[in-house]
Amino acid sequence: MSLLSAQDLAVARAGIPVLEGVSFALPPSRALVLRGPNGIGKTTLLRTIAGLQPPLQGRITAAPDAVAYAAHADGVKPTLTVAENLAFWAQVFGTDAVATAIDRMALRDLVARRAANLSAGQKRRLGLARLLVTGRPVWVMDEPTVSLDAASVQLFGDVVRDHLTAGGAALIATHIDLGLDAAVLDLTPFKARPAAEGGIASAFDEAFT
Amino acid sequence: MSIWEYANPKKFMQTSGVLLPWVTALAVLALGVGLIWGFFFTPDADRFGSTVKIIYLHVPAAMMAISAWTMMLVTSLIWLVRRHHVSALAAKAAAPIGLMFTVIGLVTGAIWGQPMWGTWWAWDPRLTAFLILALFYLGYIALWAAVENPDTAADLTSVLAIVGSVFAFLSRYAVLFWNQGLHQGASLSLDEKENVSDVYWLPLVVCIVGFVLLFVTLVLIRTRTEIRSRRLQALLTRERLA
Amino acid sequence: MIALLLRDLRLAIRAGGGFGLGLAFFLLVAVIVPLGVGPEPATLAKIAPGILWVGALLSCLLSLDRIFALDFEDGSLDLLATSPLPMEGAVAIKALAHWLVTGLPLVLAAPVLGVLLNLPVPGYLWLVISLALGTPALSIIGAFGAALTVGLKRGGLLMSLLVLPLYMPTLIFGAEVVKRGAAGMAVATPLALLAAITAGALALLPIASAAALRVNLR
Repeated sequence: MSLLSAQDLAVARAGIPVLEGVSFALPPSRALVLRGPNGIGKTTLLRTIAGLQPPLQGRITAAPDAVAYAAHADGVKPTLTVAENLAFWAQVFGTDAVATAIDRMALRDLVARRAANLSAGQKRRLGLARLLVTGRPVWVMDEPTVSLDAASVQLFGDVVRDHLTAGGAALIATHIDLGLDAAVLDLTPFKARPAAEGGIASAFDEAFT
Repeated sequence: MSIWEYANPKKFMQTSGVLLPWVTALAVLALGVGLIWGFFFTPDADRFGSTVKIIYLHVPAAMMAISAWTMMLVTSLIWLVRRHHVSALAAKAAAPIGLMFTVIGLVTGAIWGQPMWGTWWAWDPRLTAFLILALFYLGYIALWAAVENPDTAADLTSVLAIVGSVFAFLSRYAVLFWNQGLHQGASLSLDEKENVSDVYWLPLVVCIVGFVLLFVTLVLIRTRTEIRSRRLQALLTRERLA
Repeated sequence: MIALLLRDLRLAIRAGGGFGLGLAFFLLVAVIVPLGVGPEPATLAKIAPGILWVGALLSCLLSLDRIFALDFEDGSLDLLATSPLPMEGAVAIKALAHWLVTGLPLVLAAPVLGVLLNLPVPGYLWLVISLALGTPALSIIGAFGAALTVGLKRGGLLMSLLVLPLYMPTLIFGAEVVKRGAAGMAVATPLALLAAITAGALALLPIASAAALRVNLR
């Protein structure tokens, strides 16, 4: 029984197909790392899986309310303190894991500081701590290690590993080794083909006079 | 075989290509007959003099201004429910035409109002409602122009068309409440034909038919242009990606 | 839901200017109009209901783009859309926060500005009542306009173009209530119609706004 799976998924960015035929299954305690050159459609795939946009083709199967999504942007409010930022998301997701999240992401010294006064790396740690307060099993992460230093990458790797040990799962688009025992899915072979070569045709691919 | 077949761009281009010359010819014929009949072969009215003859432009334009918005509402709904691109593009194509009909209605109304009411503009409920309708058209067209991704634009403008219809309707009754107005009642209705006597009524009907055909012609031409432009965009994007 | 409301209020207060700007603009309208129209008390008394309503409407319009734009830019809107909060509820709550920060201060400040514009005495009660009933509609209709234009680089002007026509029925009935109230006439009909517009907008527009937001997040 997998927590998240995709069958023959095709996704589009701005109406243009970018990936097709993507299939994977993510059972509990497993992580899957997405690789591929810039612009291949990693972000688009993750947004589709998070439910922000509909797939062009194929099916995404996930347990209800299983997916927690962490995008490029952290959604951190600069005028709120670290604790207030996390408390808001904890309330939205109906959990009370703020204290744990603060400890796990080493934010204890910063709790009362406004997010505007955090460094880029500290802000990123705050953004990732949000995953811990969602209480959701499947973490879908888009380049989570951007602007993290080596120690923070290590710290975050440990957090993800603990999440997996606890029966969670993670889908990560990253080029950095988090030290996880993760399967790797290279997206290069799934690049969408032009309609003329058997790819997905849009309504305006057909020639007319 | 169903009507939805024409929602396929290719099928639509073929069918509309065959129909277009005929519709155009009929529109020219009906407008020519109706306008010449109306302008030169009807008597001057007792109360209005020869100014009455502007109804052959004013009334059909005003009717089409509302009909065009209704058509946009229907095609927008079809796009939202069935995702037929042609439907969305037809709504986009109809908007500037509807706006022009609204402007023609307002301008001919002003020209008629000057000798009749002694003023170019009065905040009469009907006039105000048409002015508001023109603003709704402007907003709709501006939203289409502002959003880059055509499918996103189609979705957003469709939602706007639905919400806008409700508010345009509300505005119509709000301005009626706000000012009772100078404008005469509807010029044309089946049970109240005495509003406009037969001599004027028949050429008016021909003119209305002409305006409807003119609208269909223009919408067909513009929809075909929009489809070609989308095809061009699709080709350019493919080329860029390849 | 409550968490979102509290967060938005807190953000508005900390950002500063949230309350202030709209109110200051309202005050400016009430000062500028007599300067343009002339100081005759009779003229001002006649146009006061309309000016106060138009001023409140424009002040409301000024801050609409902040309802979603900031959350869109920093990614919060994406995260909210993937959270257990229904989008329709989030829209309604954000419009409520906008009303508490913008609409409510306008309602409270309006009588003071009524003095500047020589509003007849019987009009004050109806001014406050009509604004209290009508400004929530301005916020929720405005939230719809903001949802339509949230993804656009320079959406502010376009949003005004979209929202102002939608404001017209609210403005007509709202100003009518004050006009009739100030003249000592019965106000029940326009007041009921104003309330109906607000109720209808509150019930239906969050659905349309949520649909527009989802499209813009795609």
